[in-house]
Formats: sequence, structure tokens, C-alpha cells
Amino acid sequence: MDLFEYQGRDLFERHGLPVLGGGVAETPQEARAIAERLGGRVVVKAQVKVGGRGKAGGVKLAADADEAEARATDILGMDIKGHTVHKVMLAETADIKDEFYFSYLLDRANRTFLCIASVAGGMEIETVAEEQPDKVAKIAIDANEGVTEAKAREIVAAAQFPAEVAEQITDIAVKLWQAFVAEDATLVEVNPLAKVGDGRVLLLDAKITLDENAGFRHPDHEALVDQSAVDPLEQAAKAKNLNYVKLDGEVGIIGNGAGLVMSTLDVVAYAGEKHGGVKPANFLDIGGGASAAVMANGLEVVLSDPAVKSVFVNVFGGITACDEVANGIIQALALLGDRGETVTKPLVVRLDGNNAEAGRAILDEAKNPLVERVDTMDGAAERAAELAAAGK
Amino acid sequence: MAIWLTKDSKVIVQGMTGSEGSKHTRRMLAAGTNVVGGVNPRKAGTTVDFDGTALPVFASVAEAIKETGADVSVIFVPPAFTKAAVLEAIDAEIPLAVVITEGVPVQDSAAFWAHNIAQGEKTRIIGPNCPGIASPGASNAGIIPADITPAGRIGLVSKSGTLTYQLMYELRDFGFSTAVGIGGDPIIGTTHIDALRAFQDDPDTDAIVMIGEIGGDAEERAADFIKSYVTKPVVGYIAGFTAPPGKTMGHAGAIISGSAGTADAKKEALEAAGVKVGKTPSETARLMREVMS
Repeated sequence: MDLFEYQGRDLFERHGLPVLGGGVAETPQEARAIAERLGGRVVVKAQVKVGGRGKAGGVKLAADADEAEARATDILGMDIKGHTVHKVMLAETADIKDEFYFSYLLDRANRTFLCIASVAGGMEIETVAEEQPDKVAKIAIDANEGVTEAKAREIVAAAQFPAEVAEQITDIAVKLWQAFVAEDATLVEVNPLAKVGDGRVLLLDAKITLDENAGFRHPDHEALVDQSAVDPLEQAAKAKNLNYVKLDGEVGIIGNGAGLVMSTLDVVAYAGEKHGGVKPANFLDIGGGASAAVMANGLEVVLSDPAVKSVFVNVFGGITACDEVANGIIQALALLGDRGETVTKPLVVRLDGNNAEAGRAILDEAKNPLVERVDTMDGAAERAAELAAAGK
Repeated sequence: MAIWLTKDSKVIVQGMTGSEGSKHTRRMLAAGTNVVGGVNPRKAGTTVDFDGTALPVFASVAEAIKETGADVSVIFVPPAFTKAAVLEAIDAEIPLAVVITEGVPVQDSAAFWAHNIAQGEKTRIIGPNCPGIASPGASNAGIIPADITPAGRIGLVSKSGTLTYQLMYELRDFGFSTAVGIGGDPIIGTTHIDALRAFQDDPDTDAIVMIGEIGGDAEERAADFIKSYVTKPVVGYIAGFTAPPGKTMGHAGAIISGSAGTADAKKEALEAAGVKVGKTPSETARLMREVMS
């Protein structure tokens, strides 16, 4: 889960890291109140989870509370690269003398964590790495040893931070690592880490990603979810414990296993090229044990998407036998009928693997006019795409 | 023969008394796996009956090894306890630890991996978030259905469970030496490269299926490795060509970040290394058929 800048600022503050005073507003009136509290002169910053907001006009200086209200009025509702601005952060202004870059992140390739630090801050680190590679220091962090004071000094030396900020950045490096671990982050990026007029080093921006797998030990992280960005179908699916991602096509997808479902999306998209460009409408993995109840929940979510014109149920019977899955599908359709949600969209079902013959026989015997059986994945994808194109 | 798991492997189960652990212990036994016990400190000294096979429960992995000579542990404990379970397996120096658990925090995986390195890498870790490893006809450590395919001479390594089953099924008339599900998490123990190396060195494997998916650059690094080390034919498949950037597709590691981790980049890298990459699982199976016949 990616955090907004203001959430990152709050998190840094909670962990004792030096940040500027700030607050978040959803209305111009709230923005004015926060600006007054911060002393009038503030920066008004669009809160979007995408880069390049400054160039898009999403960051403005305001001399006083009146101006803060006016700038917030301009920025709220703005569209930045497809992201609507629902919130602005107001922050104290700073007299920036020097801008640095500092981050901790997951290093998948080396199965550890990495610190990236640079004296060239305030611009994209990818650009710095390309144009001035000698100014980017990468230091591996041992997950169990972490960032001790000695490690922090190693980072400061490797990045060649100026002597007058070395002590402060050493302290920040240690505290930032402690925050990284305490919050189960997979990324904390500070750009810029800035030296200001009075000599202090401050964290002036925050890009943070938290590990959703660690949610069980962070009940407070749930409150950080951006409800305005949550798709209603994804929310409904989550409430039913389903692993669902909304996409923008017409063929509803239900399958078991993340890899198989990803593969199903691809196969449907290829088939769609021949059928009016129809595409998969969603990712939905109902997991290994596809019971009737889970299948019913899955079908309910997929069919409640008005864009869906046909559904492709793609199951490989591994641990779950196909006859159980077939019974699940038939029962799920009946269950949906009982819930008053009569299914009218066609289903293409492909069953393969454990007890496939028995499963197919069950589907045939049920004689449900909406259910069509196709026994290969490619063939079934083709048929589902064809039906979706016909239903458009 | 096979890689890493053979008929002589002695398997213990950490979390054997839990619902998933007991269900799959039963299945592993039915597949002919030599399961010799389980670990649960609160139930140490008791035995659990699996359709007539009574398996002892030990207090620790170290004790289980001492009493049974176990050399493989399959770990089914919940995410909150997985780190402790894997650390225990590493400290007991078990040669192979298969971590099935899904949803392990990545800092925990990084921690047990770092500990394994610090201890001299005496334990091969497979997973987490994986279906395990199966050497058909010999032994089965994890949740891969044992009856999909008989033994044969194809090796398979995959990030995905069900795609593994699908390919094993489509190529069941050839059979497999070993299938390894390495898991879909951002940090995993055994990589594509480790499995490719082992299959290349295994005299009983003639060809290799490699299944990848979006996210990270493991497939690209595997492609480099194939160029320099693997002479046996490799057929590849990548899932997630049409996945949108920035969305996690089921597996915690399956996410395209910016322009990195796309299926196209992985396919290109593999093809540049001489790997035939199928567009669909079925086409991948067809490519392997051509190799094997």
C-alpha cells in the first residue's frame, strides 16, 4: 500500500524524524484554518500517488491564509495524470540551501534491503543515476543487523554528504531505518532531504510503501487506506475475502491460483483481438479449494460489474477435484437465483485436471442454458470472447 | 533420480497438527512420501494417526532430526509464526525447508534469508508462498497434487502453483523428474537460477520448463544464467502480459513497477537466451513436445 505524502509526513513525525509542520485539508476552508495555524505562509501541495505534480501545477506557494484558501480552491479537484486531487497538504515553508536524496527499499534480486543516498536531491533519482552515476551511493543493508550508527556513518561516507550535515544525517539514517522496520515498510523515500537556512536537515517529502502482508501486526494501517480510490467492486470482493482486481474489459474471469488467472487474462486478451477487441474485466483468484459458497461469492462480484458481458470460469482441478467445482458452479447459480440475483449472462466453463470427466458430466447433466462447457483453456477463452463481443 | 527431493528423503512437517498441515501430511503420505514426524512444542510426545500411520510429534526441529534423521521440513504454520519456524529449521541445519505459507511479511522473509546466509547457507529454502516440490513417483513435499503425472525426464521450475499443475498435466505422457514451485513472493529462498543449475546438473533431466510471471527481474537474470550455463533445452512461459502496471495480481510479488517487471521484457530476455517462450500454457506444452520428440 502506497501512502500519501501527508500520511508519510505524519509517520515520520511519529517516529521522531525532523519534518516541517503540516496538515491535510479536503476543503479550501480547512486549508485556510491549517494555514492560520502554521503562521500563514505555506506551501499547498496536491496529494496524489503519482509523480510530476509540481510540473502539473499541483504545488503552489501561498503568502498568507487567504492565498492558501485560494490555492487550495485551484488545486482541489484538479486532474493530475488521471488522478483526481481530493486532498491538499499544507506545510510550513523552508529556506532550502541544499537538496539531498535518501531511501530504503526492498532489493528483490539480492533478497535484502538497500539504501540509496545521493547529494543530488530534488530531482528524480533515476535521472541522477543515469546522468551522474558517481553521485548515487547504493549500500546493502543486512536485514538482521539493520542500520546501526556505524552503518549510518558508512552510508554518509559513501554518499559523500557534506561534513556540516554528516551528524544530522547519521541520526536521521538510524531513525528512518527504525521507522522502516517498525512500520513494515518496503519503501521509504525522502526527496528532498534538505538542509535549510538555519542549518537543520529536514525530511521535506515522503514516499512510503507498506507491506500489506504485515497488516496483521499493524491494525492501525487499515485507516491509511484511501477510500476514495477503492473501486466499489474491489471493496465488495474484499469484504467476501476474495482476491479481485477490477480491469476495464468485458469478459469476467474466475479461476484458481494467481498464476493461472494471470495467464487466463492474457489468453482472453489474445482471443479478444479477433472479437471486437474485448478484454478481461477483472482478475479473480478463488484459491485452491473452490467451494460452492466461494464460487457463488465470486460469481456475484463478477456479475455485478455492468461491463461484464460473459464470464470465463477457468479451473484446474489440483487439490480440489473438478466434480466438486462443477457442483459448486451449479449450486452457485441456484444460490444466486435464491438471492434474487438471477443470472442472465453466459458462462463458459473449462475444467481440467483431477476428476475432469466427472466434472464435465455434471455440467452437461445440469443442462443450464447459460453454462457452456469448453474443454481447453484456449478454446474456452475464444468462446468467452466471442460471447462478450456478441453481448456488447 | 530427481533434484533435491528423492525417495530417500525423510520429511517432517512443521505445523502438522494444524488443519492445512494435517490435510497435506495425509496427502503426502498417500503419495508415498516418507513423512517421519511433525513439530509442535505444545504437543510434543504425542502421536498423530494418518489412516493407520502414526507419526510422532517432536518439540523442535532439532529433536526431530536427532530422532528420525529427517532432512526435509515442510512448513505450514500461519504467517505470524513463519519467521520463527524457518529460523528454527535453519538453526537445526535441516538441508531443505519448504515454506508453503502465503502472506508472510517481506521483512520476515528477508530476516530468515539473512540468517541463513549468516549461518553458512546450510539450508535450502523453497518459498515462501509456494506449492512445494514434487519428484513424481518418489516423494512429495508440499501441496502439489501427486497424481497429475508419473516420473519422467522433464524438470519444471515455476513461480505459480496452478500453472505448474497445468503444465505437468499437459505433459503427463512424458512425465517429470522434479517440479519445483519457488513461490510468488518478492523475497524467496530458491530462485529460478538455482533450479536451472540443478536440472542442468541432473543426469535424469533432459529438458526444462521455466514458468515466470510479472514483477522483479528474476526471469531476466535467469535468462543470463541460461546463456552462460544451461545447455539442455529450456521452454518458457510468462504470465501477466496484459496485467496493468501498479496492481498486485494475486501474488505479492506480481506487480509491474513503472516500466520494470513487465512480461514483454522477460519474454525478450528469455528468447535472447535461446529459450522458446509459449504465448499460452498450451502452446508452451506444444513447444516442449517438439523438444522431447
